[in-house]
Amino acid sequence: MIIKGKVHKYGDNIDTDVIIPARYLNSSNSKELSKHCMEDIDSEFSSRVRRGDVIIAGENFGCGSSREHAPIAIKESGVNIVIAKSFARIFYRNAINIGLIPIENSEIYEKVSKGNLILVNTDEGIVNLSTGEEVNITKPSKYQLNILENGGLVNFIKNRISKPEGILNEI
Amino acid sequence: MIKERMTMTQQILVKHAAREEIEVGQIIEVDVDMVLGNDITTPVAIESFLKTSVIDVFDKSKISIVPDHFSPNKDIKSAEQCKKVREFAKRFDIDNYFELGQMGIEHALLPEKGLIKPSEIIIGADSHTCTFGALNAFSTGIGSTDMGVAMATGRIWFKVPSAIKVNIIGKPQKWVSGKDVILNLIGKIGVSGANYKSLEFYGDGLKYLSIDDRFTITNMVIEAGAKNGIFPFDEITKAYLDEHCDKKYEITYPNENAEFESEITIDLSKLKLTVAFPHLPENTHEIDEINEKIKVDQVMIGSCTNGRISDLQAAYKILKGKKINPSLRVIIIPATQKIYLDALKNGYIEEFIKAGAIVSTPTCGPCLGGHMGVLAKDEVCISTTNRNFVGRMGHVESKVYLASPSVAAATAIKGYIVHPNEVL
Repeated sequence: MIIKGKVHKYGDNIDTDVIIPARYLNSSNSKELSKHCMEDIDSEFSSRVRRGDVIIAGENFGCGSSREHAPIAIKESGVNIVIAKSFARIFYRNAINIGLIPIENSEIYEKVSKGNLILVNTDEGIVNLSTGEEVNITKPSKYQLNILENGGLVNFIKNRISKPEGILNEI
Repeated sequence: MIKERMTMTQQILVKHAAREEIEVGQIIEVDVDMVLGNDITTPVAIESFLKTSVIDVFDKSKISIVPDHFSPNKDIKSAEQCKKVREFAKRFDIDNYFELGQMGIEHALLPEKGLIKPSEIIIGADSHTCTFGALNAFSTGIGSTDMGVAMATGRIWFKVPSAIKVNIIGKPQKWVSGKDVILNLIGKIGVSGANYKSLEFYGDGLKYLSIDDRFTITNMVIEAGAKNGIFPFDEITKAYLDEHCDKKYEITYPNENAEFESEITIDLSKLKLTVAFPHLPENTHEIDEINEKIKVDQVMIGSCTNGRISDLQAAYKILKGKKINPSLRVIIIPATQKIYLDALKNGYIEEFIKAGAIVSTPTCGPCLGGHMGVLAKDEVCISTTNRNFVGRMGHVESKVYLASPSVAAATAIKGYIVHPNEVL
């Protein structure tokens, strides 16, 4: 997948409570959730973000709650890729399961600033189009890529169910 | 990896994957024994389930749904969410749907109802599902899509985790509880110190940790980023299961030669009462080293972490016959209806109310800034809950300190954070 967009940059331990505060969890409407995405640390995020933009963050992105509302809010905002030094595990799997691409990379963080235009090619690497700097990336595992390429876990399972081997088909 | 080298977690995973061998980092699919969801995560999971086009749930006895976050409904939107969950439970004849009146906070309720057994795999669309590791099970938090797909297929994908061995040695001093053990551990390894890994608890000191202490510890392993936490089965586990679970179960014993990524030792005899300062659970301080008077506006005792009967008993011992400081308010929440009743019978509730606290029906409400106890700007809360992130309990400029019920109760009397010895 190739994505070109502006960078929204955040620090370490961006938890799910700031990605989507609990006071909005009485709704699971993705459009409603995206309006409040990141508002406790970046009140302008929802008005500034454009389709194709990329979130770049430090360590342990998405720590805390299992609420899938967090990656849903990010994806609905138009962001398809989050690049972080590391991810909290539930957020990481939730992102894959809903088709939001999580990329673990420590190098890019120091090489981008908020507002830079970057190009992410999930097969090749990242180019900071504002500075010309490049980094290689490690892709998710084959199984996880398979889910992403199916557009998320629901489609991945649906496609498997429709095959003659059925759902218990080995990986 | 041969079976003799596997951790308890890996042994449970390999068995549920119907394999002989697994490797750390490998992605496997496993059969699950229980799928759990609440009123916030289940509505999203229902959508995923319906999109799979599977016509029925995989096993109606292996799904538990507990509307505990915004229930009793805090507003119309919450009521709509609970209605959706209720109708789903009815339509698919879910055995373990717990309506208001029977419900409790999910992580306290399921073991109490005998729904958790050793060696099982329990997944829950709630990050604190890791709590059931106290009963020698593999349990972990997952998202709503995972929950929805698991309700359809009975299966889930996992990356096989490596593990950190936590040696618990020594005998704890008075007041030291499971909360202090886990806060100390998170303080040592940090909020991502166990990311993608299991925390496995061993050692001679385990005999001093009650089942409630263990539930508190495994509940908060997620705050160190862990996939799961697990205790070996012993007399304490057996006594709990004898009382609550009438079904047969298998036990997963630790391998002497299990391979761990690293080891860490906690000496209970040296452990001090511990408080996590805002805004991360890793920001821990021993209570003796707090040199300032940290005034609080609210004390919250309860939650899936510390809302069990022994937690209420600890608070009762301190609050009995005393008055809470007029400068603050105290909210006490028994984690389940049974715990509420036991607290009533034991006279705890009466003393709480006489002291000036309020006692609520079981709910997760205040813990996540949901309802009943939301903080205003600049307000400070000491809480027995599990998280103190920015804005966790309300206003983005409020602050949450995490501590055990005895420290929280002592603080309720003094008005600022203190050691229980200062009020008794």
